[in-house]
Amino acid sequence: MSGYFAGIAILTCVNLLAVLGLSLLTGFTGSFCFGQAGFMAVGAYVSTLMTMRLHAPFPLALLGGCLASLLVSIPLGYPTLRLKGDYFAIATLGFAEATRLVVENLEKITGGSRGIPSIPTRTSLPVILAVTLFCVWLIRNYVSSRHGRNCVAVREDQLAAEAIAVDTFRYKQVSFAINGALAGLSGGFLAHYVGFIQPSMFGIPKSTELISMVIFGGMHSVTGAVLASIILTALPEVLRVASAWRLVTYGALVVTIMVIRPEGLLGSWELSIGSLRELWVSGRRRFLKQS
Amino acid sequence: MIWQQIVNGISVGAVYALIAVGYSLVYSVLNFSNFAHGDVLMLGSYLGFFALTKLGVPFGLAIAIAMLGAGIIAMVIEKIAYRPLRLRRAPLLYLMISAMGMSIFLQNFTIVTIGPNFRTYPDVLPTKPFAVGTLSIGRLDLMIFIITVIVLLLLTWLVYRTKIGIAIQAAAYNMRVASLMGINPDLIATMVFLLAGATAGVGGVLFGMKYTVYPWMGVLTIKAFIAAVVGGLGSLPGAVVGAFVLGITETFAAAYISSAFRDLFSYLLMTIIIIARPAGLMGTVAQEKA
Repeated sequence: MSGYFAGIAILTCVNLLAVLGLSLLTGFTGSFCFGQAGFMAVGAYVSTLMTMRLHAPFPLALLGGCLASLLVSIPLGYPTLRLKGDYFAIATLGFAEATRLVVENLEKITGGSRGIPSIPTRTSLPVILAVTLFCVWLIRNYVSSRHGRNCVAVREDQLAAEAIAVDTFRYKQVSFAINGALAGLSGGFLAHYVGFIQPSMFGIPKSTELISMVIFGGMHSVTGAVLASIILTALPEVLRVASAWRLVTYGALVVTIMVIRPEGLLGSWELSIGSLRELWVSGRRRFLKQS
Repeated sequence: MIWQQIVNGISVGAVYALIAVGYSLVYSVLNFSNFAHGDVLMLGSYLGFFALTKLGVPFGLAIAIAMLGAGIIAMVIEKIAYRPLRLRRAPLLYLMISAMGMSIFLQNFTIVTIGPNFRTYPDVLPTKPFAVGTLSIGRLDLMIFIITVIVLLLLTWLVYRTKIGIAIQAAAYNMRVASLMGINPDLIATMVFLLAGATAGVGGVLFGMKYTVYPWMGVLTIKAFIAAVVGGLGSLPGAVVGAFVLGITETFAAAYISSAFRDLFSYLLMTIIIIARPAGLMGTVAQEKA
């Protein structure tokens, strides 16, 4: 039974890594990425091929997958990030679909649509948990740094951001690269946890699942991304019966959130000692006023 | 051989044109990518399919049912998912996300309720093609082309010759100024979605007849988007030209290079156009305004 919970915890971390990048790119920088699964696929396939063909040690393979995905994001972002949001969203969607097509048709290397079986399972809970927490910490610091505030400026008003000398294109590109790297890392962990990969694991449903998590948790909050990854990964596991309705619910959830509470569950609230103290103080004041 | 491929390309392009026109129409007025457009097409296709198989109505009536049904569905979607955001003047990103959510919902709701299997339309026409010289033209392809032309002509007449069409044009030019001129933006949005939905309904039936009907047909929105971008986002003639260019490119890529990588060439075409001529073949450059 503990193995079962460890499995859910590992999957949560895998999703969280991909969601973190997406939170930075879509939530903080305002570029709507529709093809996160494509970057995961690049990371998963590169790292798997590194361990299986080149017999590379696991950390090196993870790094390879991470770098490959990052390197893909640079030429992809170069033409598309300059354009309006719609182009970018479709370009990322097209990229993910194109990646899937290439993987399906390069049968000699990737095993085609049947995928690659019996990958050595190297992902363990302590390792992935440590890596994920480290990444959360990194992103959290990045977001509250000067660079993070510039990202928010790009999201809020690109023209105004440019007017105060923020290099909007560069910030978008950096966010896109970080997003690619995190998704690649997530893909590498996923491949070495499940022990089996195939192109259909990285289709449009996976991308929509990840972006739903970002929106659900709160577009402008890293804490929200963490919380949403935990809730939306664990909940379907518990409610196995309703698995067919899972994506239906996600879709309805996304529309409802956009219509009723577009800032998501947490909005821009972040978990920190300061914010907790604030919550405690205001809560106590309200309690005292009532009694 | 080349002429045969062009004929095939035009028949594919005709269906793309029907999808791209509705997509472009919404984009031109409301300035956001309606990702749920393809799913309205899918629902229209199912409506036509069930009208033909379950109700046994004649083909013309089935198309009418699909048009009307899809139009109403698109209208309802606009009321539920986009209008509240528009009235609140939410960022366009939110509209896009809402559209994506709607798309996920419709697609998976169809999978859960109707089932994930592919369905083939009953044969309405004899499948035997007829020959013109060395070319062989499928009866279905010809009919698709004719219906597309009729629908496009009707749409052109509606947009350029009627009062409501001129109002739509004004709203596309500038929604705020148009509303100062006494044009009701909500009514325009409703009309635009009704028209877009109706064209998607026809497109769905034709696509279903040419290929099959399945719940994730909505992915075709990507093709409509590519066609619209190639032709110039927001321009109706552009969407039609882009659709035919895309259809011909795809058939040529499939015939002479590799059918497995057909879609890659569509993306390649879009990338080239975006880099070389961001406004598309027939679009005008619009500077972003503060």
